[in-house]
Amino acid sequence: MRENGILRVVARFLIPLIMLFGLYIQFHGEYSPGGGFQAGIVFAAGWILFVLIYGLDAALKVIPERAMYVLMVAGVILYCAVGIAGVVLGGHFLDFYPLLPGKHAAQQFGIITVEFGVGVTVATVVMLIFTLFARRKSEWKAAKVEDDQP
Amino acid sequence: MAIAIVRAKDLFAAAMLFAIYSLLSAALFAVLDAGDVALTEAAVGAGISTILVLAVLALARRYESAIDGHNLLALAVVTVTGAALIYATLDMPEFGAPDNPAQVHVGPYYVEQSYPDMGVPNMVAAVLASYRSIDTLGEAFVILTAGLAVYALLSPKPRRRKRRRRHLRRQLREHRRHRRMHKGSSS
Repeated sequence: MRENGILRVVARFLIPLIMLFGLYIQFHGEYSPGGGFQAGIVFAAGWILFVLIYGLDAALKVIPERAMYVLMVAGVILYCAVGIAGVVLGGHFLDFYPLLPGKHAAQQFGIITVEFGVGVTVATVVMLIFTLFARRKSEWKAAKVEDDQP
Repeated sequence: MAIAIVRAKDLFAAAMLFAIYSLLSAALFAVLDAGDVALTEAAVGAGISTILVLAVLALARRYESAIDGHNLLALAVVTVTGAALIYATLDMPEFGAPDNPAQVHVGPYYVEQSYPDMGVPNMVAAVLASYRSIDTLGEAFVILTAGLAVYALLSPKPRRRKRRRRHLRRQLREHRRHRRMHKGSSS
């Protein structure tokens, strides 16, 4: 698949569009359908297309595995941090009103931050799961485990 | 469609049929004006789960192993459960009736108050991220746990245990055969 010129050209054209669309449904999620989950999935799908065309090693140079571990926890921590910030500033857990003076501004800030945390976690978890599955075959070969396939 | 998925012995065909099934239900959600759900179903159901299933199939066998006979107990359980569920749907209110519980419980509050409360036009985002934000936090933790579980299962390097065991078994078999032959020749 890697030597196919048409695939390479089309993918080079499509991958930025897919990632841009992912960012669009991430940050436009409170005006149109979308949100963190969908945006994370779409962004990860663009990265997986890159893996299928250019290979796992090239893709892991773009987003290294260590970054995935860090970001997947960082997304959840960001979500929790917003919740705890509400407590510190004198509200309930995940109460957005104390965050900013304006009522609408506080809610929108909270929603966007929280959705961003979800999006980061979802994207990196999907990428990590795909990386682990895709690399297993070559690890089998390296360790000379017998293949179950007939 | 679902029957075709269950009956398919070729797992690649089953994965593809499942992707088509998800895409069709995404279209159904889009027809019902549920944009968020349709987007999720198309991205997660038809896209990523298919990719992940294919990634697993690259490691597993392509064809399902044949099972002889029928499991009558399973058939009985499925029939009874299905009949009970169909019986339960008879008690459901009429589809789209204005006095349904879905329309009179917290729904009207969300519909009327979400824009004045937070100035966010997409009600789904408002409910998910603000009114029900602890639920969404739980979902984020579910995703994180799934990632950690896959990492815990697949990150250790594979070992050559299988081959070694098979090798040992072969040695044992040959050893026994030798012994039998020796016994036969001595007596």
